[in-house]
Amino acid sequence: MKALVSVKRVVDYNVRIQVKSDGSGVVTDGVKHSMNPFDEIAMEEAVRLKEKGKVTEIVAVTIGGAKNEETLRTALAFGADRAIHVKEEGEVQPLTAAKAFAAVLKKEEAKLFLAGKQAIDDDANQTGQMVAALLDIAQATFASKVEIDGDKATVTREIDAGLETLEVDLPAVITTDLRLNEPRYLKLPDIMKAKKKPIEAVSFADLGVTPAAGLKTTKTVPPPARSKGIMVKTTDELVEALKSKGLL
Amino acid sequence: MSVERDVMEYDVVVVGAGPSGLSTACRLKQLAEAAGKELSVCVVEKGSEVGAHILSGAVFEPRALNELFPDWKERGAPLNVPVSGDDIYFFRSETAAFKMPHLFVPKTMHNDGNYIISLANLCRWLGQQAEGMGVEIYPGFAAQTAIIEDGVVKGITVGDMGVNREGEHKPDFTPGMELRAKYTVFAEGCRGHIGKQLIAQYALAQDADPQHYAIGIKEIWTVPESQHKPGLVVHGAGWPLDLTGTSALGGSFLYHFENNQVLVGLIVDLSYTNPHLSPFDEFQRFKHHPVIKQYLDGGTRTSYGARAICKGGFNSLPKSVFPGGMLVGCDLGTMNFAKIKGNHTAMKSGMLAAEAIAEALLAGGEGGDTLDSYPAKFKASWLYDELYRSRNFGPLLHKFGALVGGALNYIEQNWFGGKFPFTVHDLKPDHATLKLASASSKITYPKPDGKLSFDKLSSVFLSSTNHEEDQPVHLTLKDADIPIAKNLPMYDEPAQRYCPAGVYEVVDEGSGPRFQINAQNCVHCKTCDIKDPAQNINWVAPEGGGGPNYANM
Ligand SMILES: Cc1cc2nc3c(=O)[nH]c(=O)nc-3n(C[C@H](O)[C@H](O)[C@H](O)COP(=O)(O)OP(=O)(O)OC[C@H]3O[C@@H](n4cnc5c(N)ncnc54)[C@H](O)[C@@H]3O)c2cc1C
Ligand code: SF4
Repeated sequence: MKALVSVKRVVDYNVRIQVKSDGSGVVTDGVKHSMNPFDEIAMEEAVRLKEKGKVTEIVAVTIGGAKNEETLRTALAFGADRAIHVKEEGEVQPLTAAKAFAAVLKKEEAKLFLAGKQAIDDDANQTGQMVAALLDIAQATFASKVEIDGDKATVTREIDAGLETLEVDLPAVITTDLRLNEPRYLKLPDIMKAKKKPIEAVSFADLGVTPAAGLKTTKTVPPPARSKGIMVKTTDELVEALKSKGLL
Repeated sequence: MSVERDVMEYDVVVVGAGPSGLSTACRLKQLAEAAGKELSVCVVEKGSEVGAHILSGAVFEPRALNELFPDWKERGAPLNVPVSGDDIYFFRSETAAFKMPHLFVPKTMHNDGNYIISLANLCRWLGQQAEGMGVEIYPGFAAQTAIIEDGVVKGITVGDMGVNREGEHKPDFTPGMELRAKYTVFAEGCRGHIGKQLIAQYALAQDADPQHYAIGIKEIWTVPESQHKPGLVVHGAGWPLDLTGTSALGGSFLYHFENNQVLVGLIVDLSYTNPHLSPFDEFQRFKHHPVIKQYLDGGTRTSYGARAICKGGFNSLPKSVFPGGMLVGCDLGTMNFAKIKGNHTAMKSGMLAAEAIAEALLAGGEGGDTLDSYPAKFKASWLYDELYRSRNFGPLLHKFGALVGGALNYIEQNWFGGKFPFTVHDLKPDHATLKLASASSKITYPKPDGKLSFDKLSSVFLSSTNHEEDQPVHLTLKDADIPIAKNLPMYDEPAQRYCPAGVYEVVDEGSGPRFQINAQNCVHCKTCDIKDPAQNINWVAPEGGGGPNYANM
């Protein structure tokens, strides 16, 4: 069974995000980027499924400019067998991404589409769901446990009330949550080997995708700065302070 | 504990993707290509990406780059801001300053033809050029030890991953790989931790003066457009450090970079004598000087970081070669302190090392020997001449202070072309200069105002420093008792103050003082390894990828 894993290049989670002074977005120039952490979890899961013999081939896919090749190399070092680079510069909206992934999924005839539940840059949390909708296949989101048995996948998902277990028919879309697994360290020999694995470049046109233009970012602003705290000495003072702020 | 390690062999392994290491790699590939042959070159870098651990001023002299890539403009090298003006101030007090007439500026401090750059971005660009020529670069992997067999350096071992704080293997333990090479080039920058071992093991420094160091603390600010003068360079000496004394020397810089960014920093000589001195706090109060404040006021601070500088120069240069390898850049000590510039010299030394290696290997050499052709090329190059001319600069300042030493330097550089008929030596290592705490006056630093000046923790936050927490502490103590038993009573444990990241704390929870090491905050500046009066702290590489994540320092 073939698995397709989408990986996105995002500003690294350690980087302190800075908003551009004109409010047109966040600073990305010269800033460290890496694979979206939820996508790393998806990659790790795919590799574990392959190690268990449930998956036979892993294909990683990304959308973006030339620099995204790094992200694909990371996926290849994780253990993807090959990679597809949808080479498009500029902003990609969730619907556009979903259309492209759906097209690749169809072309590859993959049975499983693994994706992070969301990317930490735009936190859209839509792409996996839209891929499922576009292809009219099953979806199981926020997975914290995945088991594959023949043509079915059993997925445990984290919901407000606790854990919910779903059974879905394959092909299906599964999006990964934080607790699904802990991604492995990449080994230097694997990174070296990844340099030699094949990457296929395609465009939206090749995939028959027209970019969507449904969303427009109007403004980006930094969160308000936290105002200075005050030290209180007694509980009375605390109560007083809370009252004066209208919190009690 | 013996573990099975994967092995990979290259013609050349380079440790460190700074300007020296990347120039070595690029030059090797250029020479191989010109000869129609193949040389395999691998670079390991402890930062999570190329540039993540790079911190410099930086006013950049393009001399070496012009030689390495004459077409750097067409290739899009990030040299976008030519120096447009050069101001030098003597700060006499927290409000007074004297601007030096241009006529009296030592020639080495002239910056016509130079550029204000982000060295991290230049390194990223150099990395791309290198990869484009087939160099393999592996960021996120620190060289932990040199492989030495029968007295010959055979390569390096990359640090293990997945070891817990107690030194036990975690489930995801991954042994570091051996990277073996015919020649290994150490380009770790100032106070490289393997370089330090090699200098000791091969007694490379036995004929040299001790190396001297400074700590440079730097911030990047985005300032209101009306205060921004692209290309303006402002250097200063004096307040808050000494102008006429010699107990706390150093200098400041403020460069007007692109996109309304101002790069500001203070360089504090690590030969300072008062253990109560805190370079971090000196820098914070320095920004309140009217000359500096006029540029920063109303701006926001976006980055913070620190890094040690090798300033011993010519007199402190150790021998550069040993069997199977060599030192380049600040790992060797090629910084020209008279210019406060080490980037073009680091690059040039790397290029010269590459030329020596390529000659040997392209002629069929098997490596492993002591490549004396590298120091020979060094001696015949402009690099030697440049460092020779500046050899008295640091020692003059150390002996006579910023004002008189500065005047002597003016006379030497402008009238004698850097060639006083004598050499001034400075033989006291920086870790031996501290006076006892009881014999030194306490320094009370003003509280940070949260606008121009800040506390340490909010500063470190801006360096995006991150270390996997459950790993062995990479700041190792030879004797765990010294900090409390000796350093505390004698010097009020100066690590609490010289560390710019708040790594070292003396805490007392009622049961007596305890030395605490917050290793995850470490920005890899190497100051503790240099300044600890007992030379008891040994910096080793943490798990690869850990450390600061500087964007464009
Ligand atoms: C505050 C400050 C201001 C300065 N201003 C200027 C200026 O204006 N102009 C100028 O020309 N110079 C300036 N310099 C000096 C200049 O930055 C240095 O001389 C130069 O960076 C030296 O280059 P390098 O390649 O030798 O080392 P570095 O630039 O230090 O690079 C070393 C690299 O090796 C990596 N590394 C180290 N150890 C290991 C290991 N064991 N394994 C893997 N990787 C490792 C490091 O992470 C780093 O990326 C300044 C320095 C400072 C600190
Ligand atoms: S612990 Fe040492 S190397 Fe790390 S930031 Fe502090 S002084 Fe620098």
